[in-house]
Order: sequence, then structure tokens, then C-alpha cells
Amino acid sequence: MRGTGAGSAIGEGPEVTKRILAISSGGGHWVQLRRISPAFAGMQVTYVSVTREYAADVAGAEFFAVRDANRWSRWSFAVLAWQLLRVCWRVRPDIIVTTGAAPGLIALIIGKYLFRARTLWIDSIANCQRLSGSGRMALRLADVCLTQWPSIEKDGRPAYWGAVL
Amino acid sequence: MIFVTVGSMLPFDRLVVAMDAWAAASGTLKVFAQIGESSYCPSHMEWEKMLAPDRFQEMLRRSSIIVAHAGMGSIISSMEIGKPIVVLPRRVEYREVTTGHQVDTAAWLIGKPGVFVSEDESTLAMAIDEALRFSSVGNGRIASTAPTRFIERIHRFLNE
Repeated sequence: MRGTGAGSAIGEGPEVTKRILAISSGGGHWVQLRRISPAFAGMQVTYVSVTREYAADVAGAEFFAVRDANRWSRWSFAVLAWQLLRVCWRVRPDIIVTTGAAPGLIALIIGKYLFRARTLWIDSIANCQRLSGSGRMALRLADVCLTQWPSIEKDGRPAYWGAVL
Repeated sequence: MIFVTVGSMLPFDRLVVAMDAWAAASGTLKVFAQIGESSYCPSHMEWEKMLAPDRFQEMLRRSSIIVAHAGMGSIISSMEIGKPIVVLPRRVEYREVTTGHQVDTAAWLIGKPGVFVSEDESTLAMAIDEALRFSSVGNGRIASTAPTRFIERIHRFLNE
């Protein structure tokens, strides 16, 4: 796990800049996270994903690469959890934002329970019939759990706020 | 040039085999394929297993059309760069994917401008022809960020 890039300076003045940890798996998850990144304007963002080469997509922002664990390997999960613990320790996020999948869920748990961070889960637009497996877990844990399909919304859990396309 | 991609997660031999056959039959258009951990070695296409993000973008730019699994990364990337994309959804019954979401994705993509869905490999050649014709007419790219309303809603939550 290595960090790259310089974090933006925390603004001076009475208001403290919010620290966002924006995390996703690779492929479509990362593409969707980037598409919502204008929402982070005015905040200090640290990006986390599963390959260091994605750092170039967010040049200028702090970026950490972590292991891409899947549900079949307990050891991978343990390593990933440890890496995310270290990232959160360093970043002290106010808010965790994730487009999934497993790394985002673990970061959400670590952020919520150990760092008292607020948490936002955005289920992939690929899941148009029901929430993803990790999304269903996030539903019980995140402050806000979003689906990108209005037909899946259910009394605000999950909620529908729009979609990346 | 036609750029074939199976995404960054799982192999998709059914698509790679079909495109290798297409490339052999076509002879006119060059095909480059990102094949992932495929056990099949194409003989009529240039190929690599994985592409770094910048090389992936370069291949998108250089291609006339993209042929891909129905993964959102491939689809959104193609839309952002304004290239027509042919999608062949992975299927659970062939153990190409763990859930049926790609078939669902393909279903709602039907009719979207610039997207050509091939339900299985038998209609792949037809979808490629359609995509190539679409390409020569010229087409627009989608915005590189999500719709403003969605972004604003998220921003409001972050600022609370």
C-alpha cells in the first residue's frame, strides 16, 4: 500500500474542510466513482482503489492502492482490512463514500465504527433488479445507501437520488 | 481497428473465441483484444491479457468500435469517449459471471444510441456491422460526469 500525490491543504478560517475517503473497486466501480467526484468540490478527498495506476485519473489528489479482495479468500480480506485501517488512521475521514464493492464495504465498517465517520454507499448502476450482495450488507450499516434505479428504492432504504448516466 | 475487451475481473472465452473467428473471416479490419486470464490464445487478433488504464484509454481512442462484455466500466468508458460499443452479456449458466446482472444491463441498453446488444455470439457479426455503420455517421459523447442533480444531492449530504 503506497500513497501518491499531495493532499490539498486544509482551509484556514472558522470552517474545517471536510475529509472524504472516496473508495471503490476497479473497472465500472472506479468509473462510477469518478463520475460523481464533482460532488467533492471544496473538500479534501483521498481516493482509494485496487490498482495504483488509477492514481493518474485523479492527479493532484491523495491516492492509496489496496488489495483487491474477493469473497473467496479470507487472507485477502484480512490484508485488505489492515491496509484500510492504516489508510483511515492516516486520513481520519469525516465521511466514507463508496461505489462498492468489498473494499468499500470494509472501509465503511472501519470508518463508521472506529472513526465515527458518516457513510454513503452508492450501489453500481449495473444492479438494476436488486441491490448487489455487498449493497445489501451496506443497507444495514451505511447512513445512506443509494440505488441508481428508482424501482429498487424502498422507503428511503435504499434511496434513489439519481444515477451516474 | 476494433478493440475487444473482457474487463478487469474474469475471463470471457466465449467472446474471445467468437472475435478471433470474426477477425479471421473479416480480413479487412485489424482487431486488438484485451483477453484477461483467458485459456484461449487468439491467432487472428493482436492481444494482451491486461491493459493499464492509460493504454486502455489509448485503445478506446484508436478504435472505430469497441466489442465488450456488458460491464459498466467498458460501457461508460466507451460512451464518455463517444465510440460505438457492441456488448455481449456474460451468462451465469456458462459460469462467466456470478450473477445475472450483465443480462439485465444488456436488456436496458437495447436502443440506447451508440450501444449494440448481441444476445449471443450468433448475432455478434450483425451487431458489429451495425456499429461500424453508426461509427461512420459520427456520434456524440456523453458528459464525463454524472448529471448535475445527482451530484448536487450527494454534495448536500457531504456538507451536512
